[in-house]
Amino acid sequence: MSEGKMKTFTGGLAIAALLGALPLAAQSITGAGATFPAPIYQKWFNDYQQVASGVQINYQAIGSGGGIRNITDGSVDFGASDGPMNDKQLKGYEDKWHYPIYEFPTVLGSDVLTYNVPGITTGIKLTPDAIAGIFLGKITKWNDPELEKNNPGVKFPDMPIVVAHRADSSGTTYCFTDYLSKVSPAWKSKVGKNTSVNWPVGLGGQGNPGVTGIVKQQTGGIGYVELIYAVENKLPYALVKNSSGAFIKPDLASTTAAAAGVVMPPDFRVSITNSSNKAAYPISTFTWLLIPSHFSDAAKGKAIVAFLHWAITKGQGEVESLDYAKLPSSVVAKEEVAIGKIKY
Amino acid sequence: MVMQISRSRKITNNVMLTLSGLCALLVVMVLFFILGYLLWNGATSLNWDFFTKLPKPIGETGGGMANAIVGSGKILLLATLIGVPLGFLAGVFLAEYSGRTFAFLLRYTVDLLNGVPSIVIGIVAYALVVKPMNGYSTLAGGVALGIMMIPIAVRTTEEFLRAIPNSLREGAMALGATKSKAIFTVVVPAAISGLTSGMMLNLARVAGETAPLLFTALGNMFWSPGWLHPSASLPVMIYNYATAPEDSLHAQAWAAGFVLLALVLGINVTARMIIARGPASARR
Amino acid sequence: MEQLKGGDEISYLITLACSIVIILIVVLLVGELWYNSQPAIKKFGFSFLTGTTWDPNGDVFGALPFLYGTVVTSIFALVLSVPLGVGAAIFLAEMAAPKLSNALTFLIELLAAVPSVIYGLLGIFVLVPILRKYVAPPLAMTHLPIFSGTFYGFSLLAAGLVLTIMVVPFIVSVSREVLLAVPVEQREASLAVGATKWETTWQVVLPNASTGILGSIFLALARALGETMAVTMVVGNTPTISTSLFSPGYSIAAAIANQFAEASGQLFIASLIFLGLVLFGLTIVINAVARILIIMTAQRGM
Repeated sequence: MSEGKMKTFTGGLAIAALLGALPLAAQSITGAGATFPAPIYQKWFNDYQQVASGVQINYQAIGSGGGIRNITDGSVDFGASDGPMNDKQLKGYEDKWHYPIYEFPTVLGSDVLTYNVPGITTGIKLTPDAIAGIFLGKITKWNDPELEKNNPGVKFPDMPIVVAHRADSSGTTYCFTDYLSKVSPAWKSKVGKNTSVNWPVGLGGQGNPGVTGIVKQQTGGIGYVELIYAVENKLPYALVKNSSGAFIKPDLASTTAAAAGVVMPPDFRVSITNSSNKAAYPISTFTWLLIPSHFSDAAKGKAIVAFLHWAITKGQGEVESLDYAKLPSSVVAKEEVAIGKIKY
Repeated sequence: MVMQISRSRKITNNVMLTLSGLCALLVVMVLFFILGYLLWNGATSLNWDFFTKLPKPIGETGGGMANAIVGSGKILLLATLIGVPLGFLAGVFLAEYSGRTFAFLLRYTVDLLNGVPSIVIGIVAYALVVKPMNGYSTLAGGVALGIMMIPIAVRTTEEFLRAIPNSLREGAMALGATKSKAIFTVVVPAAISGLTSGMMLNLARVAGETAPLLFTALGNMFWSPGWLHPSASLPVMIYNYATAPEDSLHAQAWAAGFVLLALVLGINVTARMIIARGPASARR
Repeated sequence: MEQLKGGDEISYLITLACSIVIILIVVLLVGELWYNSQPAIKKFGFSFLTGTTWDPNGDVFGALPFLYGTVVTSIFALVLSVPLGVGAAIFLAEMAAPKLSNALTFLIELLAAVPSVIYGLLGIFVLVPILRKYVAPPLAMTHLPIFSGTFYGFSLLAAGLVLTIMVVPFIVSVSREVLLAVPVEQREASLAVGATKWETTWQVVLPNASTGILGSIFLALARALGETMAVTMVVGNTPTISTSLFSPGYSIAAAIANQFAEASGQLFIASLIFLGLVLFGLTIVINAVARILIIMTAQRGM
C-alpha cells in the first residue's frame, strides 16, 4: 500500500478508536423489559445520572416478555416485568445460572380502558361484564345496552367497537387478563390469564405505545394501557366498577388503595387486581425489576444495588408526577432487607 | 405501394405508448412525492437540538437524536471495516487467482449470502455475538451489517477487476512486476472509480437497514461508550418513534427519516457520478 | 499453477484466506439456523407449514398465517408492479430519447435505494390514512370478497401497496436493460413490414426480452418476500388468514421482527428460527430461478 494510503488508514483507525472511546461512563448498565413502567423508569434513569455521576442505566422498553427472556439469556444486566416470573421461568433461570433471580416491586400502576369515541371526552362507567363482553367479542357496538345502562346521559354512537390488545408478551396483558379471569368465569375458561393469550377479537399493537396508537388512530377503538399513556396522549379512560360496587376512577388514590393491606410474600410476587378495598381501582398492579442475585462484576452489582435503594426511597418522590403510585412503606421496608441479599 | 395503417391500429399504437409514458411518469412521481414529503415534514422538524441532544424520556418533549447519528456512524464504520476488506480481497481472488471450481463454489456461497433476508442475519448475529458476549453491542450490529456488505463487495470487486483488460496486467508484468504487484498497483487503481462507487452503494444499502439492528445493537437512551455496549441508531429510532403514539415523536421520526434519506441518496448520487466520470475501462 | 514469487504467495494466501472465511461464515450461518431450529423441525416437521395456530403458551406453532401473508402481499405487489414497471420500461427503452431515458432511469433507480423503514414511515402516515379515507370505501362498494370486511387501515392491502412501490424500480431497471439489449435489427425488420411502434414492441421486442423480464419479476419477488420493516409497520401484525385484503395480516419477516426479542422457551425460539429458515429457503429458490432466467437471456445471444 502506498504511503499516502497508509497514513489515511492509520488516521482513520485513530479516529475510530477515539469515536469508540468517548464518552466514558464509569458504569454502563443495560436493562430491558416492560413498557408499563417505561415512562417512570426512563425518567428515573435520566435523573439518576445526577445522583450517581457516571452511572448510566440504559433501559429499553421491549415488553415484559422481552425483559424476562433477555435477563434469562444474560444479554442484559436486569429485566423489568409487570407479570411476575412464574415458577417455570424462575426455575429456568436458576437452572441456567445456578443462582436465583429476585423480583423487586418498584411502583404501582393501573391498567386503564382507554377509548376513542366521537363525542365522548369524559370517563364512561364500565362494569366487569361490559369489559369482558367487549374483549370476548360479545359486545360489538358502542351503543350496546350494557354500556348505555350504566351511563345515562352519555350519547353512544351506533359504531362498531374496535378492540386493541397487545401483540407482544406483556405484563400489562397479564394484569388485565388476571383481572378478567377473576371477574368473568367465561373469560377464565375461554382465554385465561397470561402475558400473551389467544385474543378472541381485536387488533394487536406492540407495547403500550402500540395499543395507545391503535386507539388514537381508530375511531371506535378501545384498549387497555397504563394510565400515563392515556393521559399523555389526551385520551379518555373509563371508571371501572370494583368488587364493592363503586365505579372507581383510576388515579393515585385508587391505585394506592388497591395495594393497601396487601400481604407481601417474601418473593414479592403478588396480585392486587380486584382488590376488596372499597376505594380500590380493580385493575392495578405492582411492577417488578428482575435482578440477578449474584453479580460477577462487583462494580456493576454495587451500582445496581445502589440504584435499587434509591428507587424505592428517594426515587418514589418522582413517581406521582407521572401518575404512578408509591410503594407502601411496609413493602419498602421488606425490600430494603431483601436487596441486602444480592451478592457482588 | 405504401401500406396504409388502419385507424384502429394507429389508435392502439398511440394509446398504448401514451400509457407506457404514464407508467414511467407515475413511477418518477412517486420518487418525487417521497422526497418532497420527507423534505417538507422532515425539514420542518429538523432543528439544532435534533443533531446535538439526547432523546428525552417518554412524555417529555424536546430532545434529539445525537446519539443515534453517532451510533449509526460507529456501526457503519465497523460494518465497512469488516465487510469491505473481506469482500474486496475475496473478489480479488475470484478475479485474479481462482480456478474454476473454487470460483463456482465461492460465487454460489456469496449469492446464497446475498439472498439471506436481513432479519435472519439479525437472528444469527444474536446467536453468534450477543449471546456469547452476554450483551447487545455496537460490535454485534457492526458484524451483522458487515456480513450483509460482503456479497456486494465481492461481486463489485470481481466485476470491475475483470473489466480491466489483460493488457494492463501483462504490461505491468512485462516491466518486471510480480503478479501481486501488478494487481495491487496497476489493476486495482485502474478500477478504482468503479470499486469506490460500488463500495459506496454497498454502504448506502446497509445504512438504512433496521431489522438486523433490533437484535444486535438494541438501543440506548444515552451515548454508547466504546464498542461493546448497546447503541442507538437512526433507522431503529425512526421505527420506534414512527410507531409511538406521541405526535412530538412523529415529528422527530420525520426529521430522522429526512436525514437518513439525504445520507443514503447523497451517497448513491455521488457513487453514480464517480462511475459516470471514471476512466472508460472502469465502466461496465 | 506456476510458482509464485515472494509477494505473490502472500497475496495469494491472503485473498484465498478471505474467500475461505466468507465460505465459512455462510456455512456457520446456515448451520446455526439449521441447528437452532431443530427442536421445531423435529416436533412439527412439514406440518409446520400447514399449521394455522401460533400459540406460544400452548407450545403449538403453525406457520401458515405468516406464509399466507408473505405470499399474498408479495403476489399482490407483483400483480400491480409488473404492468406498471414493464410499461415504464417500455417507455424508457423504446420511446424516450436517450437523455431523458437515462435521467429518468437514474431517478427510478434512486427509488430502489430508499430504505425500508422510510417506506414504512410514509406507509403509516401517508398511505394508510389515504387508503382509509379515499380508497377503501369505493373498493368496499364493489362487494368483491377480496375487499370485504371492515378496513382498519393496517392491512394486507396496505402492505401489498407499499411492496408494490418498493419493487417497481427493480422491474423497471432490469426490464429496461433487457429491452435495450434486443438488437435494433429486430425492431427495424418489424417496422419495415409495416408494423406500428407499439406492435413492434408488443409482438417482437417483448417476446425477445420475455425471459429477462421474467427474471426481473423473480428478483422483485425475492425482494418482496424478505421485506421486514415496511411490512410490519402497515400490515396489522395479526396472524389470521382471510380472503379479504382489508384484513390485517402478518408476514414471516414481520413475525420474527416482533417476536424474536421476547420469545422465551426453546420451542418458541426454535419455531421462529424455523420460520427464518423457511423464508431463507423461499428466497434461495426464487433467486435461483431469477438467476437462471437472466443467464438464459444473456446466452440467447440476442
